[in-house]
Amino acid sequence: MSVLVFVEGLNGEIKKSSLEAASYGNQVAKALGTSATAVAIGDVKEEALTQLGAQGISKVLFDGEQRLKQFVADAYVKVIAAAVQKEDAKVVVFSNSNIGASVGAKLAVRLNASLATNVTTLPKTEGAGFTVTRGVFSGKAFADVALTSDIKIVAIKKNSFDISSEGTGAATVESFSAGLTDADFALLPKETVMQDTSGGVLLQEAEVVVSGGRGLKGPENWHLIEDLAKELGAATACSKPVSDMDWRPHHEHVGQTGTTISPNLYIAVGISGAIQHLAGVNSSKVIVVINKDSEAPFFKAADYGIVGDAFEVVPKLIEAAKALDK
Amino acid sequence: MKILVCISNVPDTTSKINFAADNKEFDKNGVQFVINPWDEYALTRAIELKEAKGGSVTVINVGEADTEPNIRKALAIGADDAIRVNAHPKDAFFVAQQIAAVAKENNYDIILMGKESIDYNGSQVHNMVGELLSIPSVVPAFKLDMVDDTTARLEREIEGGKEVVEVKLPFVASAQQPMSEPRIPNMRGIMTARTKPLQVVEPTGAEAKSAYVNYSKPEKKGGVKMIDAENAGELITLLRNEAKVL
Ligand SMILES: Cc1cc2nc3c(=O)[nH]c(=O)nc-3n(C[C@H](O)[C@H](O)[C@H](O)COP(=O)(O)OP(=O)(O)OC[C@H]3O[C@@H](n4cnc5c(N)ncnc54)[C@H](O)[C@@H]3O)c2cc1C
Ligand SMILES: Nc1ncnc2c1ncn2[C@@H]1O[C@H](COP(=O)(O)O)[C@@H](O)[C@H]1O
Repeated sequence: MSVLVFVEGLNGEIKKSSLEAASYGNQVAKALGTSATAVAIGDVKEEALTQLGAQGISKVLFDGEQRLKQFVADAYVKVIAAAVQKEDAKVVVFSNSNIGASVGAKLAVRLNASLATNVTTLPKTEGAGFTVTRGVFSGKAFADVALTSDIKIVAIKKNSFDISSEGTGAATVESFSAGLTDADFALLPKETVMQDTSGGVLLQEAEVVVSGGRGLKGPENWHLIEDLAKELGAATACSKPVSDMDWRPHHEHVGQTGTTISPNLYIAVGISGAIQHLAGVNSSKVIVVINKDSEAPFFKAADYGIVGDAFEVVPKLIEAAKALDK
Repeated sequence: MKILVCISNVPDTTSKINFAADNKEFDKNGVQFVINPWDEYALTRAIELKEAKGGSVTVINVGEADTEPNIRKALAIGADDAIRVNAHPKDAFFVAQQIAAVAKENNYDIILMGKESIDYNGSQVHNMVGELLSIPSVVPAFKLDMVDDTTARLEREIEGGKEVVEVKLPFVASAQQPMSEPRIPNMRGIMTARTKPLQVVEPTGAEAKSAYVNYSKPEKKGGVKMIDAENAGELITLLRNEAKVL
């Protein structure tokens, strides 16, 4: 038996969340007295994959088929299922990304496996058991869930596990094919449009996020958010009314009806902290709130707060951030 | 066109979450249950498609009798009929098997769900149903239009962008903002909902593949540290040296 990790690429590199999955997979493998292998698909260069050695992965199965650079669920599932069989994997680790959660659910049906998404802990494996903790009720609680099938699939919450670098040596990359046919690509997207991610930081993967709300008064003031984000190497986000009013694109909105994020640092500027907003950000490790109203509910969820006018406070932060040695 | 909309019954977002029986069970006391917000986008889009092209909208819920008020609400919003699979939704796989079993009997053209249920946050049931029925699932979609009678065009979110896919009926899709503008039931809807058919069926013998054994709540934050607006720059120093996040 072994542990298999699914690795996603973006623009030729391994996604940060997949490095977290690889580190997690290696730890699970050690606990179970076995080793972890990776299966990589998509937009990733072979050279990048060799670096998985640092996360303790010694072998990577890689399907370099051109069409897999785009996400086609059926084709992905077929490749991973074949890898599970080849490696006799009993635990399969994904990142809880759009792709990971989708492929995980399909794979669970195909392999008759147990699945837990949004996982925040390593498994407890006493006895023959396998129990993980997962985030439930939109960040308001955790649940321990016992996975009872022979094969267990876990999709781990982004930014919940450190990327380890304890491994030595390079991983060997083995080319791998599951005999995909045209039928597996029936759902190849007609069109893919990538957004202009400000500063090149993907919101879901960002360690630092600077977010603005209605308190910023209008889109013409967003340079404050963007400049601070740029100095901090952060992604930008916003509250729902801000995207509803088209001050910012829809995909930037975080919360119950938007994207859920869990960065190390979330800086909220001019956002009141409605419960629907908190649902998308409450698992951020450190929350900073800047609001001119000392009664704003967001302060209750914050680690650091400044009561003040964003138009005066943010320029000071930008100055201070510029002075940091990076 | 026959459309099936899957709705789950979840605590309103503003609810306080508590656990009972030594943290082994979710405590329903004092909690108001609503239709999962994402499912409302699916439901409204289904009704819009029916209004434009004809056909029917059926809603399905896997749940015990206490979910019926929200099933009636979906009927009041405009679904034609409803099915309740009379079972506690043990896990996503169990729920998916119940929905797939009903779908196999009825040949729906489109099965619509929400992006995820806001209670268990699994985001699993849609892909599982697609897989169980061997039909495509397009997840998470924020736009759904018919190209012609047999093909739909969807836009779905991917990390850092979006994709346009065309898919033949039948298929599963999950909905998110801004697929539609959820509707509030009107008086006429509420009146007619009372007489619309709500069929209760017993579950298939499917097994769950996971068991929820314990619940806990996040540790309370240590309280907020306030920084004077005049010395706002100090925050950056604290974030680096104290919180160590920069
Ligand atoms: C079903 C449902 C789902 C929802 N989903 C989401 C969601 O996913 N995401 C989301 O964000 N919201 C969501 N909402 C909306 C949510 O309830 C709030 O209305 C919204 O988050 C408020 O946005 P805001 O904080 O930007 O605006 P406001 O509530 O208007 O707050 C603006 C804040 O800015 C402060 N301010 C004003 N001027 C300044 C200044 N010069 N300097 C500093 N501070 C200033 C004010 O004191 C105030 O606290 C949802 C609502 C519902 C009903
Ligand atoms: N008990 C249920 N009954 C009917 N549909 C459900 C149920 N649970 C989940 N669903 C549907 O599946 C979607 C995804 O749910 P989940 O996988 O639990 O996040 C929801 O938005 C609903 O459309």
